[in-house]
Amino acid sequence: MSVSSSSHHSDHSYILNSPGAMASRQRSSLRGTSSLSPVAPDQQYLSISVTDPVKLGMGVQAYISYRVTTKTNMEDYRGVEKMVIRRYSDFAWLHERLSEKYKGIFIPPLPEKSAVEKFRFSAEFIEVRRRALDVFLHRIASHPQLRFSEDLRNFLQADEEIWAMERARSQEGTLFKKKPSDFMQIFKDVQSKVSDVVLGKEKPLEESNPDYEKLKHYILELEEHLGESQKQAFRVVKRHRGQALSEFGRAVKSLGDCEGGSLGKAFSGLGGRSEFLSYKLQNQAQDLLMNFEEPLKEYMRTVQSIKVVMGDRAQAFRQQQELSEATKLKEINLEKLRLVRPDRVAEAEIELREMRVQCDEATRRFEEIVKRMQKELVRFQEDKTHDLGLAFHDFAEGQAQLANDTADAWRTLLPDLESWSQVAENNGI
Amino acid sequence: MMNFEGGDSMESVNLDPGQQAYDYRSALSGTSLSGETHPLALSQEDFSLKEAHDPYVNSEEKSSIRNTGVDIAVEPPSYADAIFTPYMGGSGSLQELGGSSRSLYSSNGSVEFITITVNHPQKEQENGSSLVPGANTFFTYLIITQTNMPEYGGTDFTVRRRFRDVVALADRLAEAFRGYFIPPRPDKSIVESQVMHKLEFIEQRRLSLEKYLGRLANHPVLRKSEELRIFLQSQGKLPLTPSIDMASRMLDGAAQLPRQLFGESSVMIPQEASQPAKGGRDLVRLFKEMKQSFTNDWGSAKPLVVEEDKEFLEKKEKLQDLEHELNEASQQAELLVKAQQEDGEVVGELGLALIKLAKFEIEEATQSAQKVHALDLKRIATAAVKASRFYREANAQSVKHLDHLHEYLGMMQAVHAAFYDRSNALLTLQTLLSDLSSMNNRVEKLSAASSKVFGGDKSRNRKIEELKESIKVTTEACELSQKEYDQIKERNRAEFNRFESERQRDFFYMLKGFIHTQVGYAEKIAHVWKKVADEANESPNKALDLPISGSVAIS
Repeated sequence: MSVSSSSHHSDHSYILNSPGAMASRQRSSLRGTSSLSPVAPDQQYLSISVTDPVKLGMGVQAYISYRVTTKTNMEDYRGVEKMVIRRYSDFAWLHERLSEKYKGIFIPPLPEKSAVEKFRFSAEFIEVRRRALDVFLHRIASHPQLRFSEDLRNFLQADEEIWAMERARSQEGTLFKKKPSDFMQIFKDVQSKVSDVVLGKEKPLEESNPDYEKLKHYILELEEHLGESQKQAFRVVKRHRGQALSEFGRAVKSLGDCEGGSLGKAFSGLGGRSEFLSYKLQNQAQDLLMNFEEPLKEYMRTVQSIKVVMGDRAQAFRQQQELSEATKLKEINLEKLRLVRPDRVAEAEIELREMRVQCDEATRRFEEIVKRMQKELVRFQEDKTHDLGLAFHDFAEGQAQLANDTADAWRTLLPDLESWSQVAENNGI
Repeated sequence: MMNFEGGDSMESVNLDPGQQAYDYRSALSGTSLSGETHPLALSQEDFSLKEAHDPYVNSEEKSSIRNTGVDIAVEPPSYADAIFTPYMGGSGSLQELGGSSRSLYSSNGSVEFITITVNHPQKEQENGSSLVPGANTFFTYLIITQTNMPEYGGTDFTVRRRFRDVVALADRLAEAFRGYFIPPRPDKSIVESQVMHKLEFIEQRRLSLEKYLGRLANHPVLRKSEELRIFLQSQGKLPLTPSIDMASRMLDGAAQLPRQLFGESSVMIPQEASQPAKGGRDLVRLFKEMKQSFTNDWGSAKPLVVEEDKEFLEKKEKLQDLEHELNEASQQAELLVKAQQEDGEVVGELGLALIKLAKFEIEEATQSAQKVHALDLKRIATAAVKASRFYREANAQSVKHLDHLHEYLGMMQAVHAAFYDRSNALLTLQTLLSDLSSMNNRVEKLSAASSKVFGGDKSRNRKIEELKESIKVTTEACELSQKEYDQIKERNRAEFNRFESERQRDFFYMLKGFIHTQVGYAEKIAHVWKKVADEANESPNKALDLPISGSVAIS
């Protein structure tokens, strides 16, 4: 089954084709498919679109594949245009990789995994998902850091066999290989518990940053409000099915046929208009779903990804705290050893050095997250203000349009109705 | 012309409007005219427009005023105009529901009116002892009549009646006005005393009584009936008719049975010929007519008189079709109204949720752009709440209009009854004729046999004399029965025409009303949204031009 949909986002490039970009493209085409030459940052573009969902496979193993088309002049990309086929799990892979590598950045959210609806694969579901995936890549491409991701490049460019290998490799990696930091973490956890007992002091597990507290609070409340709004928007969309109107129209038309004469015509008119308006309503439903409900949902998901980052930050903070505690302990121990066991001093000094390195690393990581978060929040607010503003505005316009169409449809019936009723009266009925 | 205003008559029965399920039927009980306590309820300013143009409040004009809706159709109406101004066309049209102002042109051309209101339900106790306290309670209703009809000999009357009295009235009308389309009375309910006392039930009954009496008043013939007049005027208890007491009817019948079975007085008294066979007393006649009916259907001999009126049969069939279609349309109308009610509520709730979001964002805004957009959102959300109110209002109006479908569906019952009267009368006639014919045959046979006996056959001759008596009586009965049948046929015909023309008028009224309402409210809603959409500022953040939703045009 192929659901055709026009590629709506193909032209939402970060910066539209500028003369510089054109020139460099020409240059690269001379050299064939080798890497593009560097281009000035303000003239770079990376335009990605997700189109043409196709259902593949049978029964339980059925899935949808999407065409991902990239147009770019960024360096490290092989060629100006590339098309690959990807499925949802590929997107999920990309999402996970980015989440691991770019702590502190709000990774754009994916549409829900939805194991149940997948089986039904309604046209609407597929279109909604396609849109969401398209938005996902677009957001990544517009992000000042994420757009340079190597994983992104692979995702966008790797041919089928290479891609399969790449995924298998990284899958294995995450499955069996534990990163050194994980081991350290386990070790530290044990150690810090001991030190707690020994030192008898409370470990500050959370930042006591009042601004950050406020922010956390804001995010949680925002989540609530967005959630409620999205729920109501969903209900509104659902009620735009127009079924009652069309059934009514049908019954009234039938009544008109029975009545006959001018009255019959009048009833037929009423019935016809009802059916027409039902149809209009259904169209509106589609529009509402895509342009009103989906953006709200998307921002709900974005808020979730912010919470993930908040979690990362908390974890980074904890790590940093623990390592700093552990370092202090080591320093104390070292001093003790100097007095008691000089033979162990050298070893202890090495350990201390390593610990300090770890600690600095943890501090660096934490601070990077904090710094990134700040920038991300500004971006988030700007995006949200713009996108939701647009969504709400379009909603109002759409409702106005629908109401106007409704008024027009009914109004045009009135003159006829008048003349029919005149005819009936004149016939002395 | 006096009018019924739903608000006034609600005094004694205080229902919390919020309690009532706002569905199709309860919307008719007039609570939509009184205030609502719903969070999305109308505010004062919205009321003014509504009151000015509520067709059920504003019918001061005489019925001779032509339809003012003509202007509305020609040019796009403004908001105020777009709210339907009442159609006042023709005479004798069913102009209002739930009220009982009727005006008809009487034969001398003056306008007659009669207004009946039903109010103040009251609980009363039946006289006489009862073992169970509270067992014999019943409700009475105050019935106020205002009229200028000369037959009434007065202008204002007030009586108290109970539902039983209404049943009696309906029965008497059914007997006296066979062949007319008599509006069906409200249903009896087999209710337990608990249900009886429920306010909602009482209110529904009050309303249905008022509607019923209004329909009677609207009927050109019934409004002049003695039965109705007595019902509306006579103080004190109404005399019981024989038909009320089913038990005694049966007893009467049983007592007379042996005589009848032996055929002694099996002859129908002529006056009875103009009445249908009643149960109990007329068992024999019932048996005979059943036999006749059987013969009609299955016998080889054609009955002597048959329904030959082709026109009638065609009309009957058409009405059957109509009933079927009306039923369907009425059901769908009810579903539509329910659906639109929910539609409006859902939009309102969305508005409320968005208001909360907007308020939150306004508080927490760190940049001016954010605040601006949050204010826009608040305006949009408020528009949603306003729109939802309009949906509900429009729906309340639609309910009133579309209820005409239901009214006429109800009237089909009356049509059936009238056609049934006709076939009953025909059956009676057929029975009598066949009786007559068989009696004549017997006379012939007896005469032939008697003439063969020398000197005359005293017993046979006596029988012949008796038979000749019976024949005379039966012939008279036949004539009366024929007259009755013809009268019923004529009534059927006239009623059919009246039904057709009134239905046309009422349905056009309904359609115009419904569509005007739709137009008016759609315009109001469009205006509310447009205003807000235009006010919303463009996002000042062009730098990060990230078109996600708005730039996509879904075809």
